[in-house]
Amino acid sequence: MVTGFTTAAYVVAAVLFILSLGGLSNQESAKRAVWYGIIGMALAVLATLAGPGSGLWLLSLVLIAAGGVIGWYIAKRVQMTEMPQLVAAMHSLVGLAAVFVGYNAHLELGRVLAIDEAAREGLKGFAAVLAHKTQVEINILRVELFLGIFIGAVTFTGSVVAFGKLAGKVSSKAEKLPGGHALNAGAAALSLLCMIWYFNSGGALPLVVMTLAALFIGYHLIMGIGGADMPVVVSMLNSYSGWAAAAIGFSLGNDLLIVTGALVGSSGAILSYIMCKAMNRSFISVILGGFGNTSGPAQEIEGEQVAIDAEGVAAALNDADSIIIVPGYGMAVAQAQNSVAELTRKLRAKGKNVRFAIHPVAGRLPGHMNVLLAEAKVPYDIVLEMDEINDDFPETDVVIVIGSNDIVNPAAQEDPNSPIAGMPVLEVWKAKQVIVLKRGQGTGYSGIENPLFYKENTRMFYGDAKKSIDSLLPLID
Amino acid sequence: MKIGVPKEVAKGEARVALTPESATHIRKLGHECFIESGAGAAAGFEDAAYEAAGVTVIKTAAALYKAVDVVAKVRPPTETEVKRLRKGQILISFFYPAQNKKLMELAAKQGATIIAMDMVPRISRAQKMDALSSMANIAGYRAVIEAANNFDRFFTGQVTAAGKVPPAKVLVVGAGVAGLAAIGASVSLGAITYAFDVRPEVAEQIESMGANFVYLDFEDSNQDSASTGGYAAPQSEEFRQKQLEKFRELAPEMDIVITTALIPGRDAPKLWTEDMVKAMKRGSVIVDLAAERGGNCELTRPDEKIVTENGVTIIGYTDFPSRMASQSSSLYSNNIRHMLSDLTPNKDGQIVINMEDDVIRSATVTHEGEITFPPPPPKVKAIAAPKPKEKPRELTPEERRAMEMAEFREQTKRQAILLGVGGAALLAVGSVAPASFMQHFIVFVLAVFVGFQVIWNVAHSLHTPLMAVTNAISSIIILGALMQVGSGSALVVILAALSVFMAGINIFGGFLVTRRMLAMFQKS
Repeated sequence: MVTGFTTAAYVVAAVLFILSLGGLSNQESAKRAVWYGIIGMALAVLATLAGPGSGLWLLSLVLIAAGGVIGWYIAKRVQMTEMPQLVAAMHSLVGLAAVFVGYNAHLELGRVLAIDEAAREGLKGFAAVLAHKTQVEINILRVELFLGIFIGAVTFTGSVVAFGKLAGKVSSKAEKLPGGHALNAGAAALSLLCMIWYFNSGGALPLVVMTLAALFIGYHLIMGIGGADMPVVVSMLNSYSGWAAAAIGFSLGNDLLIVTGALVGSSGAILSYIMCKAMNRSFISVILGGFGNTSGPAQEIEGEQVAIDAEGVAAALNDADSIIIVPGYGMAVAQAQNSVAELTRKLRAKGKNVRFAIHPVAGRLPGHMNVLLAEAKVPYDIVLEMDEINDDFPETDVVIVIGSNDIVNPAAQEDPNSPIAGMPVLEVWKAKQVIVLKRGQGTGYSGIENPLFYKENTRMFYGDAKKSIDSLLPLID
Repeated sequence: MKIGVPKEVAKGEARVALTPESATHIRKLGHECFIESGAGAAAGFEDAAYEAAGVTVIKTAAALYKAVDVVAKVRPPTETEVKRLRKGQILISFFYPAQNKKLMELAAKQGATIIAMDMVPRISRAQKMDALSSMANIAGYRAVIEAANNFDRFFTGQVTAAGKVPPAKVLVVGAGVAGLAAIGASVSLGAITYAFDVRPEVAEQIESMGANFVYLDFEDSNQDSASTGGYAAPQSEEFRQKQLEKFRELAPEMDIVITTALIPGRDAPKLWTEDMVKAMKRGSVIVDLAAERGGNCELTRPDEKIVTENGVTIIGYTDFPSRMASQSSSLYSNNIRHMLSDLTPNKDGQIVINMEDDVIRSATVTHEGEITFPPPPPKVKAIAAPKPKEKPRELTPEERRAMEMAEFREQTKRQAILLGVGGAALLAVGSVAPASFMQHFIVFVLAVFVGFQVIWNVAHSLHTPLMAVTNAISSIIILGALMQVGSGSALVVILAALSVFMAGINIFGGFLVTRRMLAMFQKS
């Protein structure tokens, strides 16, 4: 049984975790908060190792150290543009660990139930916890570990696919096997049947069948979601990894696991909610993939796209007093953040008011743009959220849109038939002049024409974002 | 190709179509530049400056015309100049083809291609070569300066120790490019500026420049300039009367009147009649920018400055841009160079007259022995047709309060339902589940609750670090693995060991990468 010492350590760890998340409310306290999380984790691990119920602690320490070295190496080396992939990869590890721990619980349960009453008294560790359970508790335990494995398995394959898509190893287009969501529903129904089967029999087979079904659901569900919806997917997987930990916590009777899992789960859920809200889409519609049907023909766009060269952009910037830069995924793809930061420094040195406007779903990860800009040493107090800056566009001389499309699409407000109608967007077109950095003339991820590009005050600056901005730098004097 | 610029032959014309600066740009397109000796002198550009920019200076106009493939100039060519053009030669200048039919026919007979800068359509893409606008801008500014020069009082109001000076009142008629430039100059000199235009949609532009828009209460005044390429169209007689009435009312108050009203292809409308001039105060000034086309004021004499019997100065100069020759030459030569850069799509010094291109098609009035004027209407409209706007109705305070109340009630209801359902579900679970489960369950529910409260406060900009840190702490699953690793079964040990290993990667990777990210966030 867990002794008083371990429980006390768990309470402290849980409090530290909560403080660690709460500290992220601003940039300065966040730097302190991450230490709370580290101490909490160290405390929890040491308390578990020192407490009763664990054996082979030397092996455990060695394994943690080995994993730690790899983790340390990855964390040092990863590019900030690769953060989405890294986060997805880490989710998959948590998911897989949850599956393994769940299976272990099942195996131990089977072992304990097989031996007789007298021998149970001699058991140690996790087995001893199991030995003291009544029939009802064992039934609940089965449901819990079943859920833990299910969520863990979905998280695992889902994260692996998300990793592949974000890293560009798998096509980021939404792809579905023939049968579409019926396949997912079928797999889910199969899992439900397995649960009833397992509940009654306690055998390993239903567990294995369910695991396969869950792995399939994770794979197929995320395959069906396109690139720009990735912020939602990643936050959703973040949430799942938390719920998996919580479910395993239930089956192991470990409160710290439950608390932490619930914290992580709710954090991911809120992030998904914020992302969905920022796209004006329901969670269900994102998960089911693709855009909803339009209710009528899209508004016709008048005018033409007018190109501009680096000299023209530089002249506009030299004349402007207030400038807002709107970065999007294109900036991350082109690795242009350092050039953008350099441009910002030059413009600010000339006394111009330069700010950044970040849409919640810009990029492939919640807050991705902020991290990229921070990496390039753009001070965070000029990087503003959509709600903070949206009213300032009419007083702005020049807006530079770098590799974003749907988040600045006026059709969301003007065209009730647009697939993105009602989505909150950055109202860049209200500025005196808009310069759009774009690779070519195509439409964005959603395939929607962007009337912004045809507006009279818009100029298109075609080319690779990094090269374009680098060509601007010498012209700013 | 060889681009040549002759000296302007029109009397008093000081502008030149090429500056040393524009020559450098044109040479980058692969062209060679030539200039007649002394062509830029009046605008302040010496031959030496041209030579320094790589321009070849040629002694006489005749030799220049012989030497080059493209002639660029400012004013419409004279007959002599047209006769000098040979087959295939290109002339770029103002041309006014509607008024200069004869010259156009002559040029077509000679086989020369004429590109009329005044025919460049008013579409966004062509703004950089819109010489009418760039010249009008200068004219508008200069009109105010001329007026100030002839007006013997301050523009701005002052309170001095020696007494109070009232500000001057300026009326600008016609808010096109010239009108807006005049408004800008006048406002910045400190005068109280009024502006009138028949197109109601320019009211916004006028007011944005700091002038007062003179409203005309007329039902049918909703003329849509989008259909006329952004220019004004002729008015009905009834409207005209109403308009004159308004001016008559304003005349005695105004110190300075600047008229810029022009309708494409017609004589200037008479808007400022003799009786209005008579009604004005002694010392007032009228600047008529439409003088070249007959003038907006009935008393205007083109190219002259007159003073009426009641002491009103009427300025009818037609050469405002030429009076600021250096400025106007540099703008005009930029227009020319942009035109050349559109004509040289490959930047290889080869000129291509692409008749499929809207801008080039419109500006070309003769080509390969044919008269190609008037051009077909451009494919792209200059200004998007205005959409009827529906203004959201202002809510009265009562309505707003009622709405807020309804919203509040809705929220309360939603919360009550959520709490009720949640509580009932909890009770239902509690009635069947064993106590040990309920203990954990309560912890779980509370943790979710705390999680929701805490996460809502996380700054949006820190969402990525949030994900990384939650990732790290979700590796808390390592506790489960640690408890199982001491099991008797080998399979369990292996699975548990693997889990410990993976969670280890996650813990260190997650926390370290979070720290790395947070360290990057710097305040300015």
